[in-house]
Amino acid sequence: MITLDEVLETNSMISSMNLDVRTITMGISLLDCVGPDLKTTCDNIYNKITTKAKNLVATGEEITKMYGIPIVNKRVSVTPIALVGGSVCKSSDDFVEIAKTLDKAAHTVGVNFLGGYSALVCKGMTEADCLLIESLPKALAETELVCASVNCGSTKTGIDMDAVRMIGEKVHEMAVVTQDRDSIACAKFVVFCNAPDDNPFMAGAFHGVTEGDCVINVGVSGPGVVKRALEEVRGESFEVLCETIKKTAFKITRVGQLVAKEASKKLGIPFGIVDLSLAPTPAIGDSVADILCEIGVEYAGAPGTTAALALLNDQVKKGGIMASSYVGGLSGAFIPVSEDQGMIDAANLGCLTIEKLEAMTCVCSVGLDMIAIPGSTPSTTISGIIADEMAIGMINQKTTAVRIMPVIGKEVGDKIVLGGLLGEAPIMPVNKYGCENLIKRTGRIPAPIHSFKN
Amino acid sequence: MAKTIITVVGQDTVGIIAKVCNYLADNQINIMDITQTVMQGYFNMMMIVDTSACTKSHGDLSSELATLGDSIGVQIKAQKEEIFDMMHRI
Repeated sequence: MITLDEVLETNSMISSMNLDVRTITMGISLLDCVGPDLKTTCDNIYNKITTKAKNLVATGEEITKMYGIPIVNKRVSVTPIALVGGSVCKSSDDFVEIAKTLDKAAHTVGVNFLGGYSALVCKGMTEADCLLIESLPKALAETELVCASVNCGSTKTGIDMDAVRMIGEKVHEMAVVTQDRDSIACAKFVVFCNAPDDNPFMAGAFHGVTEGDCVINVGVSGPGVVKRALEEVRGESFEVLCETIKKTAFKITRVGQLVAKEASKKLGIPFGIVDLSLAPTPAIGDSVADILCEIGVEYAGAPGTTAALALLNDQVKKGGIMASSYVGGLSGAFIPVSEDQGMIDAANLGCLTIEKLEAMTCVCSVGLDMIAIPGSTPSTTISGIIADEMAIGMINQKTTAVRIMPVIGKEVGDKIVLGGLLGEAPIMPVNKYGCENLIKRTGRIPAPIHSFKN
Repeated sequence: MAKTIITVVGQDTVGIIAKVCNYLADNQINIMDITQTVMQGYFNMMMIVDTSACTKSHGDLSSELATLGDSIGVQIKAQKEEIFDMMHRI
């Protein structure tokens, strides 16, 4: 029988430590929506999304009432649009039409983001992939809820440097076309190496081609719960520290598993995975940086931060893995800057730099995330930052990503305010030395030797 | 059996249990177990109840109990048992 203490523990995690389920994401395959022309394809896409995800938001709200656990976001991810639009899109504007259709469908079903305006180009680009990448600035500026991603490298294939060069230019253009809105288009775009097919988190969620027709993926959260648990063991050994993180991660993930199974049952759609994640928000007490401080660094970015993050990431996975029947997605600690008050504080102090963040991405779940940089940063430098991050992912056989926001007209010392879950970010300094000659080379970086496991 | 956990947390006052029990009886909800403590004037109560005979939806039940709680000056939550089972039992 459940005891009063256990009930109070769960409820205080929810009410005072920001425990929530960060997202229920419904993955929908659009491969069967391709029609003879653009108009039919768009109609099919709209109809499929609004049929499959019709009850998604209501079901999420019902589950919140049943268990008293907030489900912050309900989202949809779709098949990478470069694959869906390949035969009917003859120009980048044709792809923008699909983006608008996705935006309309997302508004109709009431989700707060829809991901999958994506291209998978880790070895090379088709004509459709090029057109989609070309369309990114316009598509993201003219839609509200659509998120985009490009996977331009993997351990198995190497890095498509032509795509990396092109994306550096497009990220800059996204900043230009949304300069009156603090580069919001850049916040909705992420570039990956080793992108997972079942990621429920935005901006990088897409419904991979290895997936079934429709699937429910859930992303959990709870940095506040881990932080509070670690406050209880302050000064104890690493053994006690790690055990505490594992036990807490287990409890958090169990809630995600429950919500995922219940959503799957209610919607009649198969359960895919739980993403074992510590995803911060700008709310006070919901910060991954604060956990790093509790482990023992003065501010995120101080020496020792990479070790603390490596430990945290690994223990979260170890604790979470037994709590769910299927895990996947990005699983681990997220370290966005603008979405984490502790990271924002550390960046404002100058303790947290892009170079230190790059080191941290070697041991955490994703990559350089929600970082604002001066609008004057050359696009080749943006490509260089992306290439570095892709190389870390490729060599270390892990997912890495870059979501970076050049802000036109702003320099170090300024800040941007995106609001809501996207938070605010100080403009961080970027190394002033160039890499044009590297970026202007054509072709791809070959796959590393350890990828040949045949 | 549809087990729900009802928790009541707040400043101790006369008649909290009576009012909650009356509501439950009016809605054919059977109380299976009650645990309660008062710590530093703070009232903590947990009830394990069976809602199989109740005709209202869980959503209605939990919002009506929350409203009842507001009128007494305490916080009342109704949650399906599974969330606690999942978190605290392997």
